[in-house]
Amino acid sequence: MASETIAISGADYDARPIGERLHDWVVTVDHKKLGILYILYALFFLVIGGIEATIMRIQLIVPHNHFVSPEVFNRMFTMHGTTMIFFVAMPILFGFGTYLIPLMIGTRDMAFPRLNALSFWLTAFGGLLLYYSFIGGSGLYGAGNAPDVGWFAYAPLTSRAFSPGHSTDFWTLGLLVSGFGSIGTAVNFIATILCMRCPGMTLGKMPLLAWMNLVMAGMVILAVSPLTAAQIMLSTDRFLGGHFFDAQAGGSAVLWMHFFWIFGHPEVYVLIIPAFAFVSEIVPVFSRKPIFGYPVMVAATVCIGFVSFSVWAHHMFTVGMSSYSNSFFTITTMVVGVPTGIKIFNWIGTMWGGKIQFKAPMMFCIGFLFQFLIAGLTGIMLAASPFDWQLGNSYFVVAHFHYVIVGGILFALFGAFYYWFPKMSGRMYSETLARWHFWLFLIGFHLTFDFMHIPGILGMPRRIYTYESGRGWEIWNLIVTIGVVFQIAGVAVFVFNLLRSLVKGVAAGNDPWDAWTLEWSTNSPPPEYNFAQIPVVMSRRPLWDLKHPEDPDWKYE
Amino acid sequence: MSSAAVTRPLIEPEWVLPSRGRVGMFSLIAAESAIFTIFVVAYIFYIGASVSGPKPKDVLELPIFSTICLLSSSLTIHLAVRALRNAKVSVFGVWWFLTIVLGTIFLFGTGREWHHLIFSDGLTISTNLFGTTYYSLVGLHAFHVTVGVIVLTIGMIFTLLGKVKPEHSERAEIFSLYWHFVDAVWVIVFTVVYVIGR
Repeated sequence: MASETIAISGADYDARPIGERLHDWVVTVDHKKLGILYILYALFFLVIGGIEATIMRIQLIVPHNHFVSPEVFNRMFTMHGTTMIFFVAMPILFGFGTYLIPLMIGTRDMAFPRLNALSFWLTAFGGLLLYYSFIGGSGLYGAGNAPDVGWFAYAPLTSRAFSPGHSTDFWTLGLLVSGFGSIGTAVNFIATILCMRCPGMTLGKMPLLAWMNLVMAGMVILAVSPLTAAQIMLSTDRFLGGHFFDAQAGGSAVLWMHFFWIFGHPEVYVLIIPAFAFVSEIVPVFSRKPIFGYPVMVAATVCIGFVSFSVWAHHMFTVGMSSYSNSFFTITTMVVGVPTGIKIFNWIGTMWGGKIQFKAPMMFCIGFLFQFLIAGLTGIMLAASPFDWQLGNSYFVVAHFHYVIVGGILFALFGAFYYWFPKMSGRMYSETLARWHFWLFLIGFHLTFDFMHIPGILGMPRRIYTYESGRGWEIWNLIVTIGVVFQIAGVAVFVFNLLRSLVKGVAAGNDPWDAWTLEWSTNSPPPEYNFAQIPVVMSRRPLWDLKHPEDPDWKYE
Repeated sequence: MSSAAVTRPLIEPEWVLPSRGRVGMFSLIAAESAIFTIFVVAYIFYIGASVSGPKPKDVLELPIFSTICLLSSSLTIHLAVRALRNAKVSVFGVWWFLTIVLGTIFLFGTGREWHHLIFSDGLTISTNLFGTTYYSLVGLHAFHVTVGVIVLTIGMIFTLLGKVKPEHSERAEIFSLYWHFVDAVWVIVFTVVYVIGR
């Protein structure tokens, strides 16, 4: 199979002028092109968000540093957080979902291709709107400035009195617009997965990636909508003189916190569940075994989906809630660790006794397993409200959620990039460079985020632009910033690898990994219609059935 | 990829999946419900929290007539969809038009109520917390009715142009789901704003 030639991108296709080809990308409703647009857009913002993080780390490398002013520092952490969550993590995961779901469930496109395009361009426009604040934040009279209210924008900091000008308006409108895009994508995912599966693919035979994206889309619908509602309220306050979060008129600042975190905590699972999905596809293929405990994996995902809607106020222990609320949210937060733990055991169970191939996707997944476990353990620590009172709003919390997002989600994403790059581009990446990327990024990640826990325990609060010397924080901040250098080097190798392989990589063939799901049965890259003939499946591993007609899976499922 | 190789040599039952329009509309309704829930929660949370007048009990009157109109429009759109399914296009047009009329009467009622509140009672969205929560919740609902009336009107134009055929009954039905949802939301808004909150 690996020797088949690539059928797409014939001479007549490439011969057209570049303007026409770009025009194709702008007006496209093809899920594969939109998926790649999502991914490229998110990678662009990943670089920008990374630069913002680097600026903060340079500022904090020594005490009393004057690299940037306190105002710029505030803008950097606000823009870094907002960018990474809304314009990197969500679009990149939506991009993989948009690209892969129709291929994996054996259909030709999403349920609503035009809604798909609309959702992407809304998200893209939301990002541009946010970044336009750098130019137009003060209303174009003087120099613009970016929002500086933090990524969760607590009231009353967002009121006109404390955030004059338009910087916060760009923040709220940017998130409102991209939120509409996210809801559109989620509606599309659900309709596609429920209504477009190829014959024979019952819910119990769907690839886990489709299952997990289904749960993720349901969570987006129930979690992003409250954020949309809260942004409408904030806009009402800022543009129309409303009093939702205005304490002087009887409004409540705490209500904003609740509304934000009702979105904010499920959002963490919106991001991590697609990462689980990548790991659940990659680990079996590189362990040469079917996934261990498929029904339990599905049940655990659905369970996480439900429980994660009852944990939001663990972000608010330090606000001062009643002891009943504190106990309730402590317990639910610990409970959500149980289905997550089940998943970790299932992935280990999949690897157990398998013929593990240590290729780049698998290495990133193993990194994910270790790091996500540690992130979960510090999460359990912070779930205990008395512990959280000590370390809430400290660098320990920053280290914890970066362990989830970088150590968990980003590692799984890098794995997904290497795993599906041959399918998307038709070319093989360089395994040597991928290993360099893995080790550089792993070292950088651990230097930065392992050692970031320590100044937090020593009392360093988050969001300070500088600190006094002599508190024992200097050496840790120095190590943390040195780690950034390795991470940048790793990402540079990654980008170079992708670009180089796009031009010089050897042809990958349809199925370089000897994998089992439907996307590997079509060409690399797939033609616009995906499948010349809509496949019919009998089991969870249709390509296994095809390659082993003497011992097909459907006999046992 | 030949499908023969992966097909079990048996006659399978016909492969039926749910309608994507219906699933998409239910997903959208779920998202809208979440948005309305947040606004309703904020409204209930802020009942009696205004530090200045006017208070709800001084200015609000029960909009009985427009409520009856909006709720009965659920029946008319249902009858319209049923008529289209039975290939009675002109009957469909009559019920569909009646739905537009009822929806418009409701919007007109809201407009009159707001006009009275603004110019007689001096209550605007920035007057006090009650004004903020009241106009945003009722306004969000009225916005959804407006969108519904616009879509209904487009459907009416197509009907008058003779483009609506019985095979479009599923589309009409999917839109009617939205309209029923907007009506159901009004029941909650009415209860919260005019009954509990007054």
